[in-house]
Amino acid sequence: MLHDELGYPGWMSWNDRLAQHHELIVPMQPGYGQTPRVDWIRSYRDLAGFYARMLREQGWAGCPVIGFSAGAFIAAEMAAACPDLFSRMVLVGPLGLRPTEGEIFDFLAVTIRTHVAATVSNVDAPEFGRIYGGDMTPEQFEAFEDARAETARIGWEPFMFNDSLAHHLQGVGDLPALLVRGTADLIAPRGCISAYESAIPNHTVVEIPGAGHRPEIEDPDAFLAAVTNFLGV
Amino acid sequence: MHVAYFTERPYRWVPEDDVIRNKAFFGLSNALFDHVRGAEDYNYYLDEYVRAEELGFDGVALNEHHGNPFCMGNVMNVEAAILARITERVKIILIGNPLPVIKHPLRMAEELATIDLISRGRLVAGWVRGAGSEQFFNNANPAYNREMFEEAYEFIQMAWTRPGPWRYEGKHFHYRHVNPWALPYQKPVPPTMIPGVLSPETVRWAAAKALPYIGLGTSLGPTADLWDIYADVAAENGYQAGSENFGYLIPTFVADTDEKAQELGKGFIYGGGQTVFSRPEHTLPPGYNSKDAIRRLSKQPGGSWLGVNRNKLMQAATDDNAPIDYEAVRARAEGQLRKSQRNYLTLLGSPDTIIEKVKTMISVLRPGTFVFFGPQGPVPNEDRMRNLELLGKYVMPEIKAYAKELGLNSPFEARPGENKLRDGATRTSVVDRSGMPNIEG
Repeated sequence: MLHDELGYPGWMSWNDRLAQHHELIVPMQPGYGQTPRVDWIRSYRDLAGFYARMLREQGWAGCPVIGFSAGAFIAAEMAAACPDLFSRMVLVGPLGLRPTEGEIFDFLAVTIRTHVAATVSNVDAPEFGRIYGGDMTPEQFEAFEDARAETARIGWEPFMFNDSLAHHLQGVGDLPALLVRGTADLIAPRGCISAYESAIPNHTVVEIPGAGHRPEIEDPDAFLAAVTNFLGV
Repeated sequence: MHVAYFTERPYRWVPEDDVIRNKAFFGLSNALFDHVRGAEDYNYYLDEYVRAEELGFDGVALNEHHGNPFCMGNVMNVEAAILARITERVKIILIGNPLPVIKHPLRMAEELATIDLISRGRLVAGWVRGAGSEQFFNNANPAYNREMFEEAYEFIQMAWTRPGPWRYEGKHFHYRHVNPWALPYQKPVPPTMIPGVLSPETVRWAAAKALPYIGLGTSLGPTADLWDIYADVAAENGYQAGSENFGYLIPTFVADTDEKAQELGKGFIYGGGQTVFSRPEHTLPPGYNSKDAIRRLSKQPGGSWLGVNRNKLMQAATDDNAPIDYEAVRARAEGQLRKSQRNYLTLLGSPDTIIEKVKTMISVLRPGTFVFFGPQGPVPNEDRMRNLELLGKYVMPEIKAYAKELGLNSPFEARPGENKLRDGATRTSVVDRSGMPNIEG
């Protein structure tokens, strides 16, 4: 699993349920949390190369991947460079391609709290409250700032997409891809999914009604049903 | 002492309620810009600087901001080039060129050398990282701001001093053919001043290079503390810092009476003034501050940097539809202005009032450069000019005489970094806290 641009918030209910049938590996992106920044990584493509090497060296190549938002961008870059790295690919609220319509929300131009709130359509969703509710602690503030700083560093311009990625993705052959989108996503417009639909030949789209950019915590049942159906349990 | 005049060259015709509604100057729609008034303003401000020279100021200072009616110096080097030709004596002090947001240090080297040549050696080059909002306006990656600043600075020094042509392959900048034919008039490079708002990283950087540091309207206590840090770093680098290493800039409005100065000085809080230069999310974009600075900010919810603190950054988006009590906002700003005066952060008054306050400040901070920051807000031309005249004719001579008593040298009288410390010698004090006035929290 490749986490999103805000970082991995810790074990979530869908992690728990998926882990009953799969081994779940969640690498922490360099520059996030306690993981030091890797200075030479200056783009999502650089980061994808870094992760691809990790996958090969750990003997994990050929596994399925679930990428969220910027994590989906990384997964797409990895697959585009080497389709054999993954058996199947789930891209949730994927960034990485220029949207065919609309714009990727400029979450670096708003405060942290606004950014976090914009990731969901329903801030009262129980799991959202458990993870992000209450007063922000200094540790959370610092972790979010670190995450956003690293996102700015490698994704500032063009903002969270790479125009050559769509062309490279045409070479992924029949790699199965599941594209998941909450219908109320404020971060990635529908045009992001459309761009992936055009770029990846063997794709399926699942839209989760009413969910925002984080369907996995807003509607974990619907999200997990889509994922397990795609991955097979 | 070197005394200079500075103005942000504000666009004076923005309706105040629009600024209050937007909660910032940055981000206001340029649909509010009137080209005829803008043309008048640009020409007037040039005239104002010429008048400053006639009145005996040693320098005129310019700065640069983008997409912001608070300061119309969007392309400062253009204004500086004009001043290079239409003034004869004053130093042209740039505080400063925002290197990381311009993103073209070779072009910058050429522009500044041209200004130095046309002025026959009156350029004072100053460098800044650029405010947070400039990162958005210029799409400059905030996470590389400091790296780009330092690399661009070093590159420009090389471009000015190393005979070309040569090739440059840096981290952020790459040039196939470095060989600018416009080279500075002043050798080896024009003098430099580094303006700042008390970022310790910048203070240390400037000290290590013996570049004078100008505090931009910063609180007396923290300024004195940071100047001690500067002096410590200077000592580590083998020299004794002195007044030539320090400058100070303060918003000032002088009128014939205290009452009139208080009234017109409200221009400094027009729309909310400097504290609403930009919204918190634009002031501190992600990655703009160092990890250490963010850690300090995270642990000090009440502490602030440029009016931004952790609590503000944690706030949700500004609700643009929320009702606004404009009079309450203005009343709050007026309260802030009164406090700002009590804390020596804004000077308003008749010449006598101003002279006493400036004397107190320079007795504590002991700067070799003092910059009067002229009126903000919709102050008419004649009142702006009167402010300038009172400063030039009455305030400046007194301040200079007092600075002479204190032995405060400018960087043009004593070269920064030349007062070497012997091995093992301890540095002497650079500030005098005995005269520190009471400052409210």
